[in-house]
Amino acid sequence: MRHLLSAGDLSLAEVTSILDVAEEMHTIQQRQIKKLPTLRGRTVINMFFEDSTRTRTSFEMAGKWMSADTINISAKGSSTSKGESLRDTMLTLDAMGTDCFVIRHGSSGAVAQAASWVRAHVVNAGDGTHEHPTQALLDAFAMRRHFGTLGASGSGGQEAFAGKRIAIVGDLLHSRVVRSNVLLQRTLGSSVTLVAPPTLLPTGVEQWGVGVTSDLDEVIESVDVVMMLRVQRERMHGGFFPTEREYTELYGLTPERLARLRPGAAICHPGPMNRGLEISSEAADDANSLILEQVTAGVSVRMSVLYHLLGGSPE
Amino acid sequence: MTNPSARIAWEGHQITRAVARMAHQIVEANGGSEHVVLLGIPTRGVLLARRLADAIRGIEGEAVAVGELDITMYRDDLRRQPTRAVGRTSIPRSIDDTTVVLVDDVLFTGRTIAAALDALKEVGRPRMVQLAVLIDRGHRQLPIQADHVGRLLQVPAEARVNVRMAEIDEVDAVTISLPEA
Repeated sequence: MRHLLSAGDLSLAEVTSILDVAEEMHTIQQRQIKKLPTLRGRTVINMFFEDSTRTRTSFEMAGKWMSADTINISAKGSSTSKGESLRDTMLTLDAMGTDCFVIRHGSSGAVAQAASWVRAHVVNAGDGTHEHPTQALLDAFAMRRHFGTLGASGSGGQEAFAGKRIAIVGDLLHSRVVRSNVLLQRTLGSSVTLVAPPTLLPTGVEQWGVGVTSDLDEVIESVDVVMMLRVQRERMHGGFFPTEREYTELYGLTPERLARLRPGAAICHPGPMNRGLEISSEAADDANSLILEQVTAGVSVRMSVLYHLLGGSPE
Repeated sequence: MTNPSARIAWEGHQITRAVARMAHQIVEANGGSEHVVLLGIPTRGVLLARRLADAIRGIEGEAVAVGELDITMYRDDLRRQPTRAVGRTSIPRSIDDTTVVLVDDVLFTGRTIAAALDALKEVGRPRMVQLAVLIDRGHRQLPIQADHVGRLLQVPAEARVNVRMAEIDEVDAVTISLPEA
Protein backbone atom coordinates (compact mmCIF):
# COMPACT_ATOMS: atom_id res chain seq x y z
CA MET A 1 0.00 0.00 0.00
CA ARG A 2 1.35 3.40 -0.95
CA HIS A 3 -1.27 5.74 0.52
CA LEU A 4 -4.55 5.43 2.36
CA LEU A 5 -6.72 8.11 0.81
CA SER A 6 -10.12 6.49 0.38
CA ALA A 7 -11.84 3.53 1.99
CA GLY A 8 -12.92 2.62 -1.53
CA ASP A 9 -9.32 1.96 -2.60
CA LEU A 10 -9.01 -0.99 -0.24
CA SER A 11 -9.57 -4.53 -1.48
CA LEU A 12 -11.36 -7.04 0.70
CA ALA A 13 -8.01 -8.75 1.37
CA GLU A 14 -6.45 -5.46 2.46
CA VAL A 15 -9.35 -4.58 4.75
CA THR A 16 -9.26 -8.03 6.33
CA SER A 17 -5.51 -7.81 6.80
CA ILE A 18 -5.77 -4.36 8.42
CA LEU A 19 -8.49 -5.58 10.80
CA ASP A 20 -6.57 -8.75 11.67
CA VAL A 21 -3.31 -6.94 12.41
CA ALA A 22 -5.31 -4.40 14.43
CA GLU A 23 -6.56 -7.31 16.51
CA GLU A 24 -2.93 -8.13 17.40
CA MET A 25 -2.23 -4.45 18.10
CA HIS A 26 -5.24 -4.49 20.41
CA THR A 27 -3.58 -7.13 22.60
CA ILE A 28 -0.45 -4.98 22.79
CA GLN A 29 -2.62 -2.10 23.95
CA GLN A 30 -3.60 -4.21 26.97
CA ARG A 31 0.03 -4.80 27.97
CA GLN A 32 1.90 -2.88 30.58
CA ILE A 33 4.70 -2.03 28.18
CA LYS A 34 3.08 -0.63 25.05
CA LYS A 35 6.00 -0.50 22.70
CA LEU A 36 7.00 -2.25 19.50
CA PRO A 37 10.29 -1.59 17.72
CA THR A 38 8.63 -2.03 14.32
CA LEU A 39 8.84 1.53 12.94
CA ARG A 40 12.05 2.59 14.65
CA GLY A 41 13.74 5.35 12.72
CA ARG A 42 10.70 6.29 10.65
CA THR A 43 9.22 9.76 10.91
CA VAL A 44 5.48 10.35 10.85
CA ILE A 45 4.18 13.92 10.65
CA ASN A 46 0.61 14.58 11.74
CA MET A 47 -0.59 17.66 9.89
CA PHE A 48 -3.90 18.85 11.24
CA PHE A 49 -5.38 21.85 9.50
CA GLU A 50 -8.62 21.23 11.39
CA ASP A 51 -9.18 20.63 15.10
CA SER A 52 -9.18 17.10 16.36
CA THR A 53 -8.73 15.35 19.69
CA ARG A 54 -9.17 11.65 19.16
CA THR A 55 -7.88 11.24 15.63
CA ARG A 56 -4.72 13.26 16.18
CA THR A 57 -3.98 11.76 19.58
CA SER A 58 -4.60 8.21 18.42
CA PHE A 59 -2.39 8.62 15.35
CA GLU A 60 0.31 10.04 17.59
CA MET A 61 -0.02 7.17 20.06
CA ALA A 62 -0.10 4.63 17.24
CA GLY A 63 3.15 6.00 15.84
CA LYS A 64 4.85 6.26 19.22
CA TRP A 65 3.85 2.78 20.35
CA MET A 66 5.49 1.44 17.21
CA SER A 67 8.62 3.49 17.90
CA ALA A 68 8.20 5.92 15.00
CA ASP A 69 9.14 9.53 15.64
CA THR A 70 5.90 11.46 15.46
CA ILE A 71 5.64 15.18 15.02
CA ASN A 72 2.47 17.22 15.22
CA ILE A 73 1.87 20.28 13.11
CA SER A 74 -1.27 22.34 13.26
CA ALA A 75 -2.19 25.14 10.89
CA LYS A 76 -1.93 27.59 13.72
CA GLY A 77 1.75 28.03 14.52
CA SER A 78 3.01 26.76 11.17
CA SER A 79 4.06 28.77 8.17
CA THR A 80 0.61 28.30 6.60
CA SER A 81 -0.48 31.15 8.87
CA LYS A 82 2.17 33.27 7.13
CA GLY A 83 0.60 32.45 3.80
CA GLU A 84 2.71 29.51 2.66
CA SER A 85 0.74 27.31 0.30
CA LEU A 86 -0.10 23.72 1.20
CA ARG A 87 2.10 22.57 -1.64
CA ASP A 88 5.17 24.44 -0.40
CA THR A 89 4.59 23.28 3.17
CA MET A 90 4.34 19.67 1.98
CA LEU A 91 7.41 19.88 -0.23
CA THR A 92 9.41 21.44 2.61
CA LEU A 93 8.52 18.73 5.09
CA ASP A 94 8.97 16.01 2.49
CA ALA A 95 12.47 17.32 1.79
CA MET A 96 13.34 16.87 5.46
CA GLY A 97 13.01 13.12 5.07
CA THR A 98 9.50 12.44 6.34
CA ASP A 99 8.34 8.86 5.82
CA CYS A 100 4.63 9.38 6.30
CA PHE A 101 2.16 12.25 6.47
CA VAL A 102 -1.13 11.94 8.31
CA ILE A 103 -3.23 14.81 7.03
CA ARG A 104 -6.52 16.35 8.06
CA HIS A 105 -7.70 19.22 5.93
CA GLY A 106 -10.90 21.22 5.66
CA SER A 107 -11.12 20.93 1.88
CA SER A 108 -12.39 17.78 0.21
CA GLY A 109 -9.69 16.33 -2.02
CA ALA A 110 -6.84 18.29 -0.44
CA VAL A 111 -5.23 15.17 0.98
CA ALA A 112 -5.22 13.30 -2.32
CA GLN A 113 -3.74 16.39 -3.93
CA ALA A 114 -1.03 16.57 -1.28
CA ALA A 115 -0.23 12.88 -1.82
CA SER A 116 0.54 13.61 -5.47
CA TRP A 117 3.26 16.10 -4.49
CA VAL A 118 5.31 14.07 -2.04
CA ARG A 119 7.57 11.06 -1.93
CA ALA A 120 6.33 9.99 1.52
CA HIS A 121 3.28 7.87 2.28
CA VAL A 122 0.07 9.77 3.00
CA VAL A 123 -2.86 8.85 5.22
CA ASN A 124 -6.11 10.74 4.90
CA ALA A 125 -7.23 11.63 8.43
CA GLY A 126 -10.31 13.46 7.15
CA ASP A 127 -10.65 15.80 4.20
CA GLY A 128 -13.55 18.23 4.28
CA THR A 129 -16.86 16.42 3.82
CA HIS A 130 -15.23 13.79 1.64
CA GLU A 131 -13.63 10.85 3.47
CA HIS A 132 -12.18 9.58 6.72
CA PRO A 133 -11.05 6.04 5.94
CA THR A 134 -9.41 5.16 9.27
CA GLN A 135 -12.68 6.02 11.04
CA ALA A 136 -14.56 3.54 8.85
CA LEU A 137 -11.88 0.92 9.55
CA LEU A 138 -12.08 1.41 13.30
CA ASP A 139 -15.88 1.30 13.14
CA ALA A 140 -15.64 -2.01 11.30
CA PHE A 141 -13.11 -3.25 13.84
CA ALA A 142 -15.33 -2.38 16.82
CA MET A 143 -18.36 -3.91 15.09
CA ARG A 144 -16.52 -7.11 14.25
CA ARG A 145 -15.44 -7.52 17.87
CA HIS A 146 -19.00 -6.85 19.02
CA PHE A 147 -20.40 -9.47 16.61
CA GLY A 148 -17.74 -11.82 17.99
CA THR A 149 -18.92 -11.44 21.58
CA LEU A 150 -22.44 -12.27 20.39
CA GLY A 151 -21.20 -15.59 19.08
CA ALA A 152 -21.37 -14.57 15.44
CA SER A 153 -18.11 -14.59 13.53
CA GLY A 154 -15.71 -12.15 15.17
CA SER A 155 -12.95 -12.50 12.65
CA GLY A 156 -12.41 -12.57 8.93
CA GLY A 157 -13.76 -10.10 6.40
CA GLN A 158 -16.99 -10.85 4.62
CA GLU A 159 -17.96 -13.75 6.92
CA ALA A 160 -18.29 -11.40 9.88
CA PHE A 161 -20.38 -8.82 8.04
CA ALA A 162 -22.56 -10.98 5.80
CA GLY A 163 -26.24 -10.27 6.39
CA LYS A 164 -25.54 -7.52 8.92
CA ARG A 165 -27.72 -4.42 8.71
CA ILE A 166 -26.25 -1.07 9.55
CA ALA A 167 -28.17 2.19 9.79
CA ILE A 168 -26.18 5.42 9.58
CA VAL A 169 -28.28 8.24 10.96
CA GLY A 170 -28.03 11.99 11.01
CA ASP A 171 -26.08 14.76 9.34
CA LEU A 172 -24.99 12.87 6.23
CA LEU A 173 -24.49 16.01 4.19
CA HIS A 174 -21.49 17.21 6.18
CA SER A 175 -20.16 13.78 7.10
CA ARG A 176 -16.96 12.30 5.75
CA VAL A 177 -17.49 9.37 8.08
CA VAL A 178 -20.57 8.23 6.17
CA ARG A 179 -18.83 8.21 2.79
CA SER A 180 -15.94 6.11 4.04
CA ASN A 181 -18.28 3.77 5.88
CA VAL A 182 -20.48 3.23 2.84
CA LEU A 183 -17.44 2.42 0.70
CA LEU A 184 -15.87 0.12 3.28
CA GLN A 185 -19.09 -1.69 4.15
CA ARG A 186 -19.73 -2.25 0.46
CA THR A 187 -16.42 -4.12 0.35
CA LEU A 188 -17.29 -6.04 3.52
CA GLY A 189 -20.72 -6.94 2.18
CA SER A 190 -23.06 -5.67 4.87
CA SER A 191 -26.32 -3.90 4.09
CA VAL A 192 -26.31 -0.17 4.83
CA THR A 193 -29.29 2.13 5.17
CA LEU A 194 -28.82 5.88 5.44
CA VAL A 195 -31.30 7.84 7.53
CA ALA A 196 -31.50 11.63 7.44
CA PRO A 197 -33.86 14.51 6.93
CA PRO A 198 -34.10 15.31 3.21
CA THR A 199 -32.19 18.56 3.77
CA LEU A 200 -29.20 16.68 5.15
CA LEU A 201 -28.91 14.09 2.37
CA PRO A 202 -25.93 14.61 0.05
CA THR A 203 -26.78 15.15 -3.59
CA GLY A 204 -26.37 12.02 -5.66
CA VAL A 205 -26.91 9.75 -2.65
CA GLU A 206 -29.27 7.59 -4.70
CA GLN A 207 -26.26 6.47 -6.74
CA TRP A 208 -24.35 5.19 -3.70
CA GLY A 209 -26.11 1.84 -3.93
CA VAL A 210 -27.44 1.85 -0.38
CA GLY A 211 -30.91 2.19 1.14
CA VAL A 212 -32.02 5.74 1.91
CA THR A 213 -34.92 6.80 4.10
CA SER A 214 -36.03 9.78 6.13
CA ASP A 215 -37.90 7.67 8.66
CA LEU A 216 -35.71 6.35 11.49
CA ASP A 217 -38.61 4.50 13.09
CA GLU A 218 -38.98 2.41 9.95
CA VAL A 219 -35.55 0.78 10.40
CA ILE A 220 -34.78 1.07 14.13
CA GLU A 221 -36.14 -2.36 15.03
CA SER A 222 -34.37 -4.31 12.31
CA VAL A 223 -30.74 -3.17 12.44
CA ASP A 224 -27.67 -4.84 13.97
CA VAL A 225 -25.80 -1.56 14.25
CA VAL A 226 -27.10 1.97 14.55
CA MET A 227 -24.44 4.58 13.89
CA MET A 228 -25.39 8.06 15.02
CA LEU A 229 -23.57 10.96 13.38
CA ARG A 230 -22.86 14.26 15.01
CA VAL A 231 -24.89 17.28 13.99
CA GLN A 232 -22.03 19.44 12.73
CA ARG A 233 -23.10 22.84 13.96
CA GLU A 234 -19.83 24.40 12.80
CA ARG A 235 -20.61 23.52 9.20
CA MET A 236 -24.29 24.53 9.36
CA HIS A 237 -24.93 27.98 8.09
CA GLY A 238 -28.47 27.45 6.86
CA GLY A 239 -31.76 26.19 8.19
CA PHE A 240 -31.32 22.47 7.68
CA PHE A 241 -33.98 21.66 10.26
CA PRO A 242 -36.45 23.86 12.14
CA THR A 243 -35.33 23.30 15.73
CA GLU A 244 -32.94 21.06 17.57
CA ARG A 245 -35.85 19.72 19.57
CA GLU A 246 -37.59 18.60 16.41
CA TYR A 247 -34.40 16.99 15.15
CA THR A 248 -34.12 14.99 18.38
CA GLU A 249 -37.77 13.97 18.13
CA LEU A 250 -37.37 12.63 14.60
CA TYR A 251 -33.73 11.54 14.33
CA GLY A 252 -32.29 11.28 17.83
CA LEU A 253 -31.50 7.98 19.51
CA THR A 254 -33.87 8.68 22.37
CA PRO A 255 -34.50 6.31 25.31
CA GLU A 256 -37.73 5.25 23.55
CA ARG A 257 -35.89 4.26 20.37
CA LEU A 258 -33.13 2.64 22.42
CA ALA A 259 -35.76 0.32 23.92
CA ARG A 260 -36.92 -0.69 20.45
CA LEU A 261 -33.48 -1.85 19.23
CA ARG A 262 -32.97 -5.57 18.75
CA PRO A 263 -31.28 -7.29 21.69
CA GLY A 264 -27.53 -6.96 21.23
CA ALA A 265 -27.75 -4.31 18.52
CA ALA A 266 -24.68 -2.09 18.71
CA ILE A 267 -24.70 1.69 19.09
CA CYS A 268 -21.87 3.60 17.44
CA HIS A 269 -20.96 7.27 17.32
CA PRO A 270 -17.71 8.61 15.88
CA GLY A 271 -17.62 11.40 18.45
CA PRO A 272 -17.56 14.06 19.62
CA MET A 273 -21.16 13.60 20.77
CA ASN A 274 -23.87 16.19 21.26
CA ARG A 275 -25.56 14.46 24.16
CA GLY A 276 -29.26 15.18 24.13
CA LEU A 277 -29.25 16.17 20.47
CA GLU A 278 -28.50 13.22 18.20
CA ILE A 279 -27.96 10.74 21.02
CA SER A 280 -29.38 10.51 24.52
CA SER A 281 -27.14 9.81 27.49
CA GLU A 282 -29.06 6.58 28.08
CA ALA A 283 -28.06 5.35 24.62
CA ALA A 284 -24.48 6.64 24.77
CA ASP A 285 -23.86 4.85 28.09
CA ASP A 286 -25.83 1.69 27.24
CA ALA A 287 -24.16 -1.72 27.61
CA ASN A 288 -24.32 -2.15 23.82
CA SER A 289 -22.77 1.22 23.13
CA LEU A 290 -19.43 0.78 21.35
CA ILE A 291 -18.47 4.44 21.64
CA LEU A 292 -15.49 3.91 23.94
CA GLU A 293 -14.54 0.69 22.14
CA GLN A 294 -14.41 2.78 18.97
CA VAL A 295 -11.88 5.07 20.63
CA THR A 296 -9.76 2.14 21.81
CA ALA A 297 -10.05 0.60 18.35
CA GLY A 298 -8.80 3.86 16.87
CA VAL A 299 -5.29 3.34 18.18
CA SER A 300 -5.14 -0.36 17.20
CA VAL A 301 -6.44 0.29 13.71
CA ARG A 302 -4.10 3.24 13.14
CA MET A 303 -1.14 1.15 14.30
CA SER A 304 -2.18 -1.45 11.77
CA VAL A 305 -2.53 1.15 9.01
CA LEU A 306 0.92 2.59 9.75
CA TYR A 307 2.32 -0.94 9.74
CA HIS A 308 0.75 -1.69 6.37
CA LEU A 309 2.16 1.53 4.88
CA LEU A 310 5.57 1.61 6.51
CA GLY A 311 6.26 -1.91 7.72
CA GLY A 312 7.63 -3.35 4.51
CA SER A 313 10.18 -2.45 1.87
CA PRO A 314 9.60 0.91 0.18
CA GLU A 315 8.34 -0.65 -3.07
CA MET B 1 4.20 -25.66 -2.85
CA THR B 2 5.90 -29.03 -3.27
CA ASN B 3 9.23 -28.59 -4.89
CA PRO B 4 9.98 -31.60 -7.15
CA SER B 5 13.72 -31.30 -6.55
CA ALA B 6 13.27 -31.43 -2.77
CA ARG B 7 14.93 -34.35 -1.00
CA ILE B 8 13.19 -35.82 1.99
CA ALA B 9 15.65 -35.82 4.87
CA TRP B 10 13.33 -37.03 7.58
CA GLU B 11 10.00 -38.79 7.59
CA GLY B 12 6.97 -38.71 9.83
CA HIS B 13 7.86 -41.41 12.37
CA GLN B 14 11.34 -39.94 12.83
CA ILE B 15 9.81 -36.57 13.67
CA THR B 16 7.41 -38.20 16.13
CA ARG B 17 10.34 -39.91 17.92
CA ALA B 18 12.36 -36.71 18.01
CA VAL B 19 9.45 -34.77 19.52
CA ALA B 20 9.05 -37.46 22.20
CA ARG B 21 12.76 -37.29 23.01
CA MET B 22 12.74 -33.48 23.16
CA ALA B 23 9.74 -33.59 25.51
CA HIS B 24 11.68 -35.90 27.84
CA GLN B 25 14.72 -33.62 27.67
CA ILE B 26 12.66 -30.54 28.54
CA VAL B 27 11.08 -32.26 31.53
CA GLU B 28 14.41 -33.63 32.70
CA ALA B 29 16.31 -30.37 32.32
CA ASN B 30 13.66 -28.47 34.24
CA GLY B 31 12.88 -31.01 36.96
CA GLY B 32 9.29 -31.37 35.74
CA SER B 33 6.96 -29.08 33.83
CA GLU B 34 5.32 -27.05 36.59
CA HIS B 35 7.22 -23.82 35.92
CA VAL B 36 7.61 -24.33 32.18
CA VAL B 37 5.82 -22.26 29.53
CA LEU B 38 6.17 -23.42 25.93
CA LEU B 39 5.92 -20.58 23.41
CA GLY B 40 5.81 -21.53 19.76
CA ILE B 41 6.87 -19.14 17.03
CA PRO B 42 4.29 -19.06 14.19
CA THR B 43 3.58 -20.93 12.08
CA ARG B 44 5.11 -24.35 12.54
CA GLY B 45 6.78 -23.55 15.84
CA VAL B 46 3.29 -23.24 17.31
CA LEU B 47 2.30 -26.66 16.00
CA LEU B 48 5.52 -28.14 17.33
CA ALA B 49 4.98 -26.50 20.74
CA ARG B 50 1.51 -28.08 20.92
CA ARG B 51 2.94 -31.50 20.09
CA LEU B 52 5.62 -31.08 22.75
CA ALA B 53 2.94 -30.04 25.23
CA ASP B 54 0.92 -33.17 24.42
CA ALA B 55 4.01 -35.33 24.86
CA ILE B 56 4.92 -33.65 28.16
CA ARG B 57 1.38 -34.19 29.44
CA GLY B 58 1.82 -37.86 28.56
CA ILE B 59 5.01 -38.03 30.60
CA GLU B 60 4.05 -35.88 33.56
CA GLY B 61 0.32 -36.51 33.67
CA GLU B 62 -0.26 -32.77 33.92
CA ALA B 63 -0.94 -30.10 31.34
CA VAL B 64 1.93 -27.72 30.55
CA ALA B 65 1.27 -24.09 29.63
CA VAL B 66 1.57 -23.56 25.89
CA GLY B 67 1.15 -20.39 23.84
CA GLU B 68 2.34 -18.54 20.76
CA LEU B 69 4.70 -15.64 20.29
CA ASP B 70 4.68 -13.78 16.99
CA ILE B 71 7.89 -11.96 16.23
CA THR B 72 7.03 -10.18 12.96
CA MET B 73 6.96 -6.75 14.57
CA TYR B 74 10.41 -7.33 16.07
CA ARG B 75 12.25 -8.44 12.93
CA ASP B 76 15.30 -6.46 11.86
CA ASP B 77 14.68 -7.16 8.16
CA LEU B 78 11.14 -5.79 7.80
CA ARG B 79 12.21 -3.20 5.31
CA ARG B 80 13.86 -5.72 3.03
CA GLN B 81 10.59 -7.33 2.01
CA PRO B 82 7.01 -6.37 1.25
CA THR B 83 4.80 -5.98 4.31
CA ARG B 84 4.63 -9.28 6.16
CA ALA B 85 1.49 -10.80 7.60
CA VAL B 86 1.40 -10.62 11.37
CA GLY B 87 0.72 -13.79 13.35
CA ARG B 88 -1.04 -14.26 16.63
CA THR B 89 0.54 -13.76 20.04
CA SER B 90 -1.17 -15.49 22.91
CA ILE B 91 0.54 -15.90 26.24
CA PRO B 92 -1.24 -18.54 28.35
CA ARG B 93 -0.15 -17.24 31.77
CA SER B 94 2.20 -14.71 33.29
CA ILE B 95 5.70 -15.68 32.27
CA ASP B 96 7.36 -13.80 35.15
CA ASP B 97 9.76 -16.13 37.00
CA THR B 98 8.94 -19.11 34.79
CA THR B 99 11.14 -21.04 32.39
CA VAL B 100 10.08 -20.13 28.88
CA VAL B 101 10.94 -22.66 26.20
CA LEU B 102 10.83 -20.99 22.79
CA VAL B 103 9.89 -23.51 20.12
CA ASP B 104 10.63 -23.20 16.41
CA ASP B 105 10.90 -25.63 13.53
CA VAL B 106 14.27 -24.66 12.03
CA LEU B 107 17.21 -22.81 13.60
CA PHE B 108 19.31 -21.14 10.92
CA THR B 109 20.83 -17.65 11.21
CA GLY B 110 19.44 -17.06 14.71
CA ARG B 111 17.75 -13.80 13.76
CA THR B 112 14.25 -15.08 14.42
CA ILE B 113 15.27 -16.14 17.92
CA ALA B 114 16.98 -12.79 18.55
CA ALA B 115 13.70 -11.09 17.60
CA ALA B 116 11.80 -13.53 19.82
CA LEU B 117 13.99 -12.58 22.79
CA ASP B 118 13.17 -8.92 22.14
CA ALA B 119 9.46 -9.73 21.91
CA LEU B 120 9.62 -11.77 25.12
CA LYS B 121 11.11 -8.86 27.01
CA GLU B 122 7.93 -6.83 26.44
CA VAL B 123 5.71 -9.64 27.69
CA GLY B 124 7.40 -10.33 31.00
CA ARG B 125 10.54 -11.38 32.81
CA PRO B 126 11.07 -15.14 32.77
CA ARG B 127 13.60 -16.71 35.16
CA MET B 128 15.18 -18.55 32.25
CA VAL B 129 14.67 -18.87 28.50
CA GLN B 130 15.51 -22.05 26.62
CA LEU B 131 15.27 -22.86 22.94
CA ALA B 132 13.86 -26.03 21.39
CA VAL B 133 14.10 -26.60 17.63
CA LEU B 134 13.29 -29.60 15.49
CA ILE B 135 16.14 -28.93 13.06
CA ASP B 136 19.41 -27.10 13.67
CA ARG B 137 20.91 -26.48 10.25
CA GLY B 138 23.90 -24.37 11.31
CA HIS B 139 25.19 -21.20 9.63
CA ARG B 140 24.45 -18.95 12.58
CA GLN B 141 24.91 -15.19 12.16
CA LEU B 142 24.36 -14.43 15.85
CA PRO B 143 25.61 -16.02 19.09
CA ILE B 144 22.51 -18.16 19.70
CA GLN B 145 22.35 -21.86 20.49
CA ALA B 146 19.49 -24.31 21.01
CA ASP B 147 19.07 -26.25 24.27
CA HIS B 148 16.85 -28.99 22.87
CA VAL B 149 17.47 -30.14 19.29
CA GLY B 150 15.63 -32.73 17.22
CA ARG B 151 18.40 -33.17 14.69
CA LEU B 152 21.47 -31.43 13.36
CA LEU B 153 21.50 -31.15 9.58
CA GLN B 154 24.67 -30.34 7.69
CA VAL B 155 23.54 -28.46 4.61
CA PRO B 156 25.00 -25.60 2.59
CA ALA B 157 23.83 -22.10 3.53
CA GLU B 158 21.98 -21.67 0.24
CA ALA B 159 19.90 -24.82 0.69
CA ARG B 160 16.28 -24.54 1.80
CA VAL B 161 15.21 -26.69 4.72
CA ASN B 162 11.46 -27.01 5.10
CA VAL B 163 9.60 -28.69 7.91
CA ARG B 164 6.17 -29.92 6.91
CA MET B 165 3.64 -30.76 9.55
CA ALA B 166 0.53 -32.86 9.11
CA GLU B 167 -1.73 -30.27 10.75
CA ILE B 168 -1.32 -27.90 7.80
CA ASP B 169 0.89 -29.67 5.24
CA GLU B 170 -0.90 -33.06 5.13
CA VAL B 171 2.25 -35.00 6.05
CA ASP B 172 5.12 -34.79 8.50
CA ALA B 173 8.46 -34.43 6.74
CA VAL B 174 11.69 -32.48 6.62
CA THR B 175 12.83 -31.65 3.10
CA ILE B 176 16.03 -30.16 1.72
CA SER B 177 16.13 -28.46 -1.63
CA LEU B 178 19.13 -26.91 -3.32
CA PRO B 179 18.73 -23.98 -5.68
CA GLU B 180 19.03 -24.89 -9.37
CA ALA B 181 22.63 -24.63 -10.47
